[in-house]
Amino acid sequence: MKLFVHIGRYFIMIQKIFEKFTKWPILKKLILTDIETLIVGSLGIVSFISFFVGGVVAIQTALNMENPLLPRNLMGFATRQSVILEFAPTFISVIMAGKVGSYITSSIGTMRVTEQIDALEIMGINTYNYLIFPKIIALLFYPFVITIAMFLGIFGGYIACVYGGFSSSEEFIDGIQLDFIPFHVTYSFVKTYLFALLLATIPSYHGYFLKGGALDVGKASTTSFVWTSVAIIIVNYMVTQILLT
Amino acid sequence: MIQAQSLFKSFGNTTVLKDISATFDKGKTNLIIGQSGSGKTVFLKCLLGLHEIDQGSINYNGVSFEKMNLKERTQLRQDIGMVFQGSALFDSMSVEENIMFPLKMLTEKSNEEIRERTNAVIKRVNLIDANAKLPSEISGGMQKRVAIARAIVMNPKYLFCDEPNSGLDPKTAIIIDNLIQEITEEFQITTVINTHDMNSVMEIGQKIIFLENGTKAWEGDKEEIFVTDNKAVGDFVYSSELFKKVRATYRKK
Repeated sequence: MKLFVHIGRYFIMIQKIFEKFTKWPILKKLILTDIETLIVGSLGIVSFISFFVGGVVAIQTALNMENPLLPRNLMGFATRQSVILEFAPTFISVIMAGKVGSYITSSIGTMRVTEQIDALEIMGINTYNYLIFPKIIALLFYPFVITIAMFLGIFGGYIACVYGGFSSSEEFIDGIQLDFIPFHVTYSFVKTYLFALLLATIPSYHGYFLKGGALDVGKASTTSFVWTSVAIIIVNYMVTQILLT
Repeated sequence: MIQAQSLFKSFGNTTVLKDISATFDKGKTNLIIGQSGSGKTVFLKCLLGLHEIDQGSINYNGVSFEKMNLKERTQLRQDIGMVFQGSALFDSMSVEENIMFPLKMLTEKSNEEIRERTNAVIKRVNLIDANAKLPSEISGGMQKRVAIARAIVMNPKYLFCDEPNSGLDPKTAIIIDNLIQEITEEFQITTVINTHDMNSVMEIGQKIIFLENGTKAWEGDKEEIFVTDNKAVGDFVYSSELFKKVRATYRKK
C-alpha cells in the first residue's frame, strides 16, 4: 500500500516540475552547475571502470575459448556486444545511481532538513522546478558519458587482448566490426535516456520528501540508491523485451 | 494585520490546533509562546500556508487566505518574509547572493537596482565585511542578521520568525530581538515571532499569545504577563528561579 503512495507522489512530483518555471538566467546557471557536477564530475570514475571492465570482459572471453576452431575475432565481437548492449548503459547506470543518485538525494535532503526548501516555498518559488528540473536537463547529457564508456570499454578490451597476447590487433578489430547491427546502439541509447530520467528523478524524490535530520539524509541516500537500481533493472528488462524481441 | 479565526488542524488522529483565534497587529512584534509540542510551529506554518488548515479561516489584511487561488497566494508570499530557526541560508551562496536571491528570483529589477537595495539592507542589519563570505564562514549571530536581511529585502508586509534567537548567546539574542522590533516599527510590518525564550518575551513582547496543548490559553502583553494569575502561563514563564524573582520584584512595585 505504502509503495503505491510513493509511486503516486512520485508522479505528482514529476507533474509539478513542469508547472511554474524559474526565470531563465537563474535556471541556466543551475543547469550549468549540475552539468559540471553530475556529468563532467562523473567522467573520471566512469572512464576508469569502463576501461578495466572492458579489459576483464575480453580476457574472460579469451580464457573461455579453449577450442582452436573458434575464430580469434570472437574476443572483439564479444567485448563489443557486452559493452554496447549491457555494460555501458546498464552497469554504468547502476554505478551512477550510487554516485550521482546519492549526491542528488543528499544535497536536496540537506536543503530539506535545514529548511532551505521551506524558505524557497515561502518566497513563492516552485521548488520542484527550481531543484529538480536542472538535474533532468543536465542528465540529458548522460548519453555522452555512456558513449565514452562504450569507447573506453572496447578500447580496454583491445589493450587487454592485444598486449596480453590473446589475439592480434587485426583480429580484435575485425571482431568489433563483425555482424554490427546499428539498432543495438539505438537500443542502448533509448535505455540510456530512460535511465537518465530515473537517475534525476528518483534520488530527487527521496531527497525532497525526506523527513528527519542529518542521519536520515544518509538513510535516504542508501534507499535512493536501492530504488534507483531496482527501477533501472526493471526498465532495462522491459525495454529489452520491447525493442529486442 | 493577520487574523486567524477558529483554527483546527489535525495530523491523523492527533488534533494539534483546537479552535485558535488570534489577531496579529501591524507595526507590532506579536509573539506566540508555549512549551515544546504546544502547537506553536504548526500554528505558524498554518498562517504561512505551509500546512492546510482543517477548519477556520486566516485573513491577511481582510482577504481570506483559503479563498486565494495559486496566483494570489504566490503574490501574497512575495509580501512575506521569514526568518527560520536555523537561518535556512543557502549554503552554496555567499551572504550577498543569499540576500539578493529573492530580488533576482521574483522581481524584474536591474542588477544595479538589486545591488543598491541589497547594500541598503546589509547596512540596515549592520552586516560588516561579510558580503563575500559563505554562511558557514560567519557566526550564528551574523547568520541571523543575513536571514533577517533576506527576509526584509523585498519590503514585506508580514515578517514571520521561528525562534529567531535560538542557539545564540543572551547578548546577541537581545540584539537580534531588538533589531526585529526596530525593523517592525520602522517599516510598519506585521511581525509574528514563535519563541520560548523568556528574554524575548520580556524584551519585545508587544503582544503575546500563549498556547497550551493546541489551544490559546492566554493573550496579553509583556506588562500583563507579570500580573496574570493564569496558572498555565505562570508555570511556563516563571519556571526558573530568576524569573520568579523578577515577577516578585515587579509585583512589589
